[in-house]
Amino acid sequence: MRRIVALALLLFPVAGLPAGNGDYVNLPGGSFRSALKYEDRKGDTRIAPFALMRKPVTNAEFLAFVQRHPQWRRDRVAKVFAEPRYLSHWAGPAKLGAGALPQQPVVQVSWFAAQAYCEAQGARLPTWDEWEYAAAADETRRDARRDPAWRERILRWYSRPSTQALPRAGLQGPNAYGVQDLHGLVWEWTDDFSALLVAADNRNQGDADNAKFCGAGALSMDDRDNYAVLMRVAMLSSLDAEDTTLNLGFRCARSTR
Amino acid sequence: MKRLLCSLAAFALCAGVLAAPKPATTPLPGESVYRLSVTLTDQHGKRFDWSKRRGKPQLVSMFYTSCQYICPLIVDSGKAVEKQLMPEERERLGILLISMDPARDTPAALMSVATKRKLDPARWTLASPAQADVRKIAGVLGIRYRALADGEFNHTSALVLLDGEGRILARTEQMGAKVDPEFMAQVRRAVE
Repeated sequence: MRRIVALALLLFPVAGLPAGNGDYVNLPGGSFRSALKYEDRKGDTRIAPFALMRKPVTNAEFLAFVQRHPQWRRDRVAKVFAEPRYLSHWAGPAKLGAGALPQQPVVQVSWFAAQAYCEAQGARLPTWDEWEYAAAADETRRDARRDPAWRERILRWYSRPSTQALPRAGLQGPNAYGVQDLHGLVWEWTDDFSALLVAADNRNQGDADNAKFCGAGALSMDDRDNYAVLMRVAMLSSLDAEDTTLNLGFRCARSTR
Repeated sequence: MKRLLCSLAAFALCAGVLAAPKPATTPLPGESVYRLSVTLTDQHGKRFDWSKRRGKPQLVSMFYTSCQYICPLIVDSGKAVEKQLMPEERERLGILLISMDPARDTPAALMSVATKRKLDPARWTLASPAQADVRKIAGVLGIRYRALADGEFNHTSALVLLDGEGRILARTEQMGAKVDPEFMAQVRRAVE
């Protein structure tokens, strides 16, 4: 298979290759003002250059992964890595069916499964900072977050019922970096989703003196009007690594130099 | 995961040949946290696969040695559980504290905490994983953390009780000398 891809690259060295597995876009990184405010993080965040998948991973791509790594089939996966709803919308353990079209983004995948997919590619999940940085762009601007019209467009997507069938991946125009579908299609896992600690996480501690974290680091929003980020954070911070949901997928990233 | 495949393959090969497979050759249950392949380095510098803890219930938590506030309480909590057990029950429980700061938590750093806190090495293991495994371990244990700019960590503090097969039986986020009675009851049942 790799040889065929290599051959295809030789024969068609320019754009126009079918976007599939391993289709990454290079992002320059740089100084970025996150909408998340941490007590210990003042000012901008440095984002190192990285590559991000152009589109979220599709059902067809995830099926190929599951076939190569059968320990991630829904009938064989260890329960500790994926809850019972894992890939439950597929027709069978290695069959997509009508409820999961090949070009739709894969959903109902756990963080462990998403990690394993990216690792098998020699990649990783993007960090929250990387995801937020890439997702700040619209079609023409690298940071469109101050534009009320852009915010409005994102919010319209969030208000769409999640029972509707998912569109295919890659239908929306690329953003200023060339990345597609960061908004408007599915929610996405980040590598460090479990670093999004909201204060409620330690609410079970009875003694107020014990409720202190190691060091101060409470998370708050720097930009309260950025609902798109706010909702992502609320969602990711409520998940465990084995959880899956009907509209949560992922894409992979790679560090570059 | 590769190790899991290997052990499954080994099991498939052995099961047909050996009449009575030893417990170690039976596959781990799907709920076992030991399904995650993890190599730890303990306070003595000894490297071991954490699934070697199989066969004995474990009290597990995540911590880091340079921690000022909550982490000493995690040690207190483990000690408080031990204190409520009979000596023979204590023998049947392992205590495993896993660092979320492997870059700084060398065997020497781990040993210094073990010594300072007078932790019996027969029962207490303080260990560091590979950096790449920290968030995965936190994932199977249901622990959240974030590295802070000053080298400290913001994290949930939990004691997790594993049965002999590595399945989570109970967890508590009540830290300190007073043990959550429900959690304590589960520990007693596990070491019965």
